[in-house]
Amino acid sequence: MASIDTPAPSAQTDSGQRNFLARLWYNKETRGVLFQILTVAGLGAFIAYITSNAIANLELVGKTFSFDFLNFPANYDINQSLIEYSSKSTHLRAAMVGMLNTLLIAVCGVISATFLGFFLGVLRLSPNWLVSKMVYCFIEYTRNVPVLLHILMIHGLVTHALPKPRAAQEWANIADSIFFTNRGVFSPMPLPQGGFNFVIAAFVLAIVGSFVFARWAKKRQDATGQHLPVFWISIGAFFLLPAIAYVLAGAPLNWDFPELKGFNFRGGFVIRPEFLALWLALTLYTSAFIAEIVRAGILAISKGQWEAAMAVGISRARTLNLVIIPQAMRVIVPPLTSQYLNLTKNSSLAIAIGYMDVVATVGGITLMQTGKEMETMIIVIGFYLTVSLIISTVMNWYNERIKLVER
Amino acid sequence: MSDTTTTERYEPGTHPDMPPPLLESGMIFWVRKNLLSSWTNATLTLVGLYFLWLILPPFYAWAFGDAVFTASDRSECQSLGDGACWAFISERFKIFIYGFYPEPERWRSILAFVLLFVAIGPLLFDKFPMRGKAMLFSMFYPFIAAWLLLGGFGLTPVGTDQFGGMLLNVIVGVTGIAFSLPIGIVLALGRASKLPAVRIICVTFIEFIRGVPLITLLFLASTMLSYFLPPGTTFDLLMRVLIMVTLFASGYMAEVVRGGLQAIPRGQYEASDSMGLKYWQSMRLIVLPQALKISIPGIVNTFIGLFKDTTLVIIIGLLDIVGMGRVSLADAKWAGLSSEVYISIAIFFFLFCFAMSRYSLYLEGKLETGHRN
Repeated sequence: MASIDTPAPSAQTDSGQRNFLARLWYNKETRGVLFQILTVAGLGAFIAYITSNAIANLELVGKTFSFDFLNFPANYDINQSLIEYSSKSTHLRAAMVGMLNTLLIAVCGVISATFLGFFLGVLRLSPNWLVSKMVYCFIEYTRNVPVLLHILMIHGLVTHALPKPRAAQEWANIADSIFFTNRGVFSPMPLPQGGFNFVIAAFVLAIVGSFVFARWAKKRQDATGQHLPVFWISIGAFFLLPAIAYVLAGAPLNWDFPELKGFNFRGGFVIRPEFLALWLALTLYTSAFIAEIVRAGILAISKGQWEAAMAVGISRARTLNLVIIPQAMRVIVPPLTSQYLNLTKNSSLAIAIGYMDVVATVGGITLMQTGKEMETMIIVIGFYLTVSLIISTVMNWYNERIKLVER
Repeated sequence: MSDTTTTERYEPGTHPDMPPPLLESGMIFWVRKNLLSSWTNATLTLVGLYFLWLILPPFYAWAFGDAVFTASDRSECQSLGDGACWAFISERFKIFIYGFYPEPERWRSILAFVLLFVAIGPLLFDKFPMRGKAMLFSMFYPFIAAWLLLGGFGLTPVGTDQFGGMLLNVIVGVTGIAFSLPIGIVLALGRASKLPAVRIICVTFIEFIRGVPLITLLFLASTMLSYFLPPGTTFDLLMRVLIMVTLFASGYMAEVVRGGLQAIPRGQYEASDSMGLKYWQSMRLIVLPQALKISIPGIVNTFIGLFKDTTLVIIIGLLDIVGMGRVSLADAKWAGLSSEVYISIAIFFFLFCFAMSRYSLYLEGKLETGHRN
């Protein structure tokens, strides 16, 4: 166990060449460089080795490495697509449909899981013993059962417990326009007519207007100390402006109602059972985790903050809004980010119930049809990495913005 | 009567205790405080009770009241009662647990499972008798378990294609955690390293693993991994899955260990430097023992997550407990009993994972009071 600074005795007696090498080895910095060179060389050799293996193996089975297959017709149907798609479309198109389906389930899931999670987290802290314990049971059950099992169970529930379309026509509907069936949930589809752009314009105006108004109200409060109910006025603008525009433009919206034809409904807007099951399962599963995060975040704020706000005479609602939540968010956001990432990644379990996401289209049917394992997996993995990167960048930016400003 | 009690005189200190005021303690007080303290609170209680009334009685009727516990097939179940048909589960119970592991050899898997607890005992409880020697057994346990399960050297060999059911979940989960711990420690140290090349490689690996779903890694294992091996080599699907699950878990493990490393005060690193300890000595003797100790709750949580994720192996065709359930559902004799199957599997997972999460909470509480600085 020679200490760092004294060179090994052998190095002093040996030739100068040896001495030089030994000095290099015992110098902390040069050893660091040497170690890094060795690591990189080792990694490079490993990559070269597996690449040469891959090339040899591909040659052996007579496959080439190219992405040409993306331009060939896909020859398979996808039951849910946000963009124009038929079985004559290319594999590239199929891949895009799959990616959009993944993004759709991720966005819907993140939104609903956040709302449900915050709701459950607050209920868990409720002074009401019964409600708090019920939420506790729900959270513990949901968290401790695999998400795949949730998906399978809810899919079973949706496809077995909901009635067939013909029966739904009779009893499982709301106002004869929304039908709950085992083939999906059917609802009327809005068909915008010519003047509908005015309504959209009014909505955009409401958003921009409420931002401007919020800034103005803040300035006014800073100057005069008077507080305006910004939230309620903005909410009012969101509903009222488009509604007025809608009436003025002469109700430019037609509805396409679903109708029972044969064994199933035709027309209207349909949420397929696969989507519904996946969405519900991911929402429930993730919201249980989010609830625990929210609860921990609110509990992390010291009682003194509540008391201080009370002492300066701020109302309870505004204390929560202006004092507690902004501080709790700092604790909540980092773990919330990883829950969003988890939800996105868990959406790949769609393949178990036949929802056509990116794994089921590119990584499933396209892979089977073309035999291009490597290329398809590169697309799928690249897609997930990109999405993960985007979510973490956005959430990091948000976290940076709400961070405690230290002076 | 009240007159007599108020007028009676006591020597100072001899007055008997008065009963507590009725509205300040006991059942009624508890109900008033926790269920009815305000109008909103009372409303919440009513809503809660309504939900319970909606859910519990029908569920009880289905799962116990009208349930059938012994029957020979589905139609007999239906004739006996219109609740759950648990007879199906009890008939298939052994398949769910062992998969197709041959009947006369099942004692080996039970023995391996029991020895697992002997092996993790000294790791989890610091008051374990003869901890040092027991740790040696823990180190050799994976090889002993592999021998017991696979056979050879005197035991009848069992192919990995016969592994299934809960046995498979436990094998995949335990192997993943056991082997990912050393890899995760190395990755975490690499990520905290001052050498840029090492750090970049480790960060890239960790972020890659954490950025993709386990399913895609399992697909890689089942379709692509053989391309990267020397031509002509093939190896077992279960082995490939175990490798991928280990790599997957090590990415998460690295982050848990990194959290532990960051919680160690700088003074500890500086102290070990000033003692003249080399990097590995200071890590082995000073930093890691402390960092790993506070990482144990995180490691247990990673294990819970991984254990739940072991169900994903059904997607590449291995028959774990969920896979066995789905195979059993295809039996025409018992068709249409998916709720029973899924609920019993859910209960199984819940018991395992809930117990482990309680343990990790207990540990967190225990470590909270320990002196850290």
